Amino acid sequence: MAVFQLNVNNRSYAVDVDPDTPLLWVLRDELNLTGTKYGCGVAQCGACTVHLNGNPVRSCTLPVAAAKGNITTIEGLSENGDHPVQKAWIELDVAQCGYCQAGQIMTAAALLARKPQPTDADIDTAMAGNICRCGTYKRIRKAIHLAATKGGAR
Amino acid sequence: MKTALTRRDFMKVSTLAGGGLLLSFQTGNALAALLPKDAEVFQPNAFVSISPEGLITIMAPNPEVGQGVKTSLPMLVAEELDADWTMVRVEQAGLDTRNFQRQVAGGSGSVRSSWESFRKAGATARQMLLEAAAQKWGVPVSECITRNGFVIHQPTGKTLNYGALATAASGLEVPQEVKLKDPKDYNLIGRRMVNVDAWNIVTGKMPFGLDTRREGMLTAMVARPTFGKKLKSVDDTRAKQVKGVKQVIVFDNKVAILATNTWAAKKGRDALRLEWEAEGTPESTENYNTAFAELIKNTTQEPKRNDGDVNQALSQADKVLESVFYAPFLPHAPLEPMNFFAHVREDGAELYGPTQTPARTRTEAARVLGLPEEKITVGMSRMGGGFGRRLQADYSVEAARISKLAGVPVLVVWTREDDMQGGYYRPAGMYRYRAALKNNQLTGWHLIAAAANSANASRENSFPAGVVPNFRVDSHNYQSPITVGPWRAPNHNFIAFAEESFLDEIALELGKDPVAFRLELLEQAKTNPVGHVAYDPTRYINVIKTAAEMGNWGQQGVKGIFKGFGAHFSFGTYVAQVADVSVQNGKVKVHKVYCAVDCGRVINLSGAETQIEGGIIDGIGHMLYGEITFKSGEVEQKNFNTYRLIRMPDAPEIEVRFINTNAEPQGLGEPGLPPIGAAVANAIFAATGSRIYRLPVRLPGEHSKRSF
Repeated sequence: MAVFQLNVNNRSYAVDVDPDTPLLWVLRDELNLTGTKYGCGVAQCGACTVHLNGNPVRSCTLPVAAAKGNITTIEGLSENGDHPVQKAWIELDVAQCGYCQAGQIMTAAALLARKPQPTDADIDTAMAGNICRCGTYKRIRKAIHLAATKGGAR
Repeated sequence: MKTALTRRDFMKVSTLAGGGLLLSFQTGNALAALLPKDAEVFQPNAFVSISPEGLITIMAPNPEVGQGVKTSLPMLVAEELDADWTMVRVEQAGLDTRNFQRQVAGGSGSVRSSWESFRKAGATARQMLLEAAAQKWGVPVSECITRNGFVIHQPTGKTLNYGALATAASGLEVPQEVKLKDPKDYNLIGRRMVNVDAWNIVTGKMPFGLDTRREGMLTAMVARPTFGKKLKSVDDTRAKQVKGVKQVIVFDNKVAILATNTWAAKKGRDALRLEWEAEGTPESTENYNTAFAELIKNTTQEPKRNDGDVNQALSQADKVLESVFYAPFLPHAPLEPMNFFAHVREDGAELYGPTQTPARTRTEAARVLGLPEEKITVGMSRMGGGFGRRLQADYSVEAARISKLAGVPVLVVWTREDDMQGGYYRPAGMYRYRAALKNNQLTGWHLIAAAANSANASRENSFPAGVVPNFRVDSHNYQSPITVGPWRAPNHNFIAFAEESFLDEIALELGKDPVAFRLELLEQAKTNPVGHVAYDPTRYINVIKTAAEMGNWGQQGVKGIFKGFGAHFSFGTYVAQVADVSVQNGKVKVHKVYCAVDCGRVINLSGAETQIEGGIIDGIGHMLYGEITFKSGEVEQKNFNTYRLIRMPDAPEIEVRFINTNAEPQGLGEPGLPPIGAAVANAIFAATGSRIYRLPVRLPGEHSKRSF
């Protein structure tokens, strides 16, 4: 066990955990930030996506010891759930079961920050790591385009 | 329409003391209204209550698995209540067999079974509010109407909102008969309504089963046997040394590790030294394939359907076509792995988590715990998918067992690997079809099916049953240690692919256009039906024609893109699809799918459309990639790096059209999936001349499939 200082959603935390603990389980079990989901544990499904210094990373395979920098989770993406990506997701009623959507939204927000007006090919590339078992891909694509018009790159 | 109320539908009028912070799903908190502690809430029945502030709470009794019933069923109540939807909050009910019926997510049956009772619940509340207003104003009820959360006295234009009438209404008798709306007056039904949990989902605030946190709770992981193996020895020395591990419990041929957090539970389990021994003969994929091939050579004693004399038709045919189709085992793989919370005490138990069958969970838990059912509560979390897996109660009962043995509240968590290996799979099977052709007509049809642990691997009344004069279906059950269970659109999910592919083969042999051939058969079902006809040929024809028109069937499209057609009737719903497909270097690309649906009346247009789109994408993914194989009882695909699911780049454009009809609403969670396999496979044939008999699709020259 060791104490790690984490900066999550602009707050500082000290957690006493095994250094090999994936960031995902620190967020969920230690900080009670359960919006970030477990889907596969091997960085294949993207449900656990968070931002590390603005880049989308898979928190299920990132040891807490390596999580250095500013971490943003779905809970911290916006103050009031009004990030353009979140608004577009609601407007187009994207979610079915909803389990993967936090990860989808974090990946999409990172894409738009990097590429404010993504093409379909950009979306294919950026979103290929996020599985939606319900098959909401058509609406996710549409929502990313809609978020782009709402200033999704903020 | 007047509808008599049964006693079961409604409880007596009650006034409730309400309290607490109420959050609306509309914006998360814009509606937040703090009820005074002693406020009288109008609750005419278990479905709906109205606070004096006008906040309307509608209960969602059915499990929400992504099929949208937490939105669509409350819409039925709100419609007949004439409620202002922005003043409605929806709350998930727990298992309550006294007040609610069929709390099940399965069989695409929620709306079908709730259509009457939910509307009546809303209409009853509305009627009482009307009466309360009429009494207040001293006017006849007949002069009053309701609109969007208000009662209006028409002659004077006086209005009162529902909140202001809630207390008075709660003192009235519950009417025994209520009038339901004329569908032309619907304000909500048929519109696009956003999922009531949308805001919570996009902000990460929606709790799923895996997010359950309780005082004193431990997290458990379980080492389970592969199929046909038995626990021989356990060495838990190292497991107990893992920091955070609190208990190790050996039970039911399994070992549970209980820890203070998930990672410790996992490390503890990884540190177990376990020996397993074979019990019987563990199976491999080639064993059951050989067994199926043997079984489908012969008929059974009791055919599932037998019209005319198929043997005679086959022996007298000008030509007999024969094709054998192969279905692999499939896992459900919902993105939220199995998990359940249980707190078992001496005198009762609380169970909570993702389940498609809370009643079955309670019954089985009661048996295992030795508790009466009334001492067990079952709560339902929103589910991260189910696809049939959560119709089983193995994982919830297992949690109850562990909590009882450990004496603590416990959340049992399955890893993805556990979930893939401990499944109840879509059964593998083999389907041998023969068609008798005589005088350029289809005169005989014989299916002999065989599948693992399936009393009936067919859907014997599926089209073209009802049209072909000599029609027989036999189904063999192959006993296997591998557990199987319903998987989205059971049997339909494969049989539609096989039948609609075989129909294309027949059409080709007869020199007929595949769509025209189906229409010709369905016309015969109208004029000259054979035996029981389970579908309405007119509605079937209508969706086929609509999809063909949407997909420009028969017209020259973009160069290199080929069309395929598929249609199927399931769960009361008619679906027809045209797929635009190209094949390059053996790689299949589905560009666009055109889909026509007749599901009767649509409740939530947005929800209905997304169910169909999701079914199509799900179906494409599984036909192209899905397969679970076994080696000596062990699943070979343990996670998403070896089991491929469809991803964004493979998802086609989709256009869905619902046929407007006043017919009763039918199923939607499943019917979108079955036809797509055939639509894509028939397009692959058009593109390459290769007929697909075995799923998942493997074409010569395709290299990317196994290495992703």
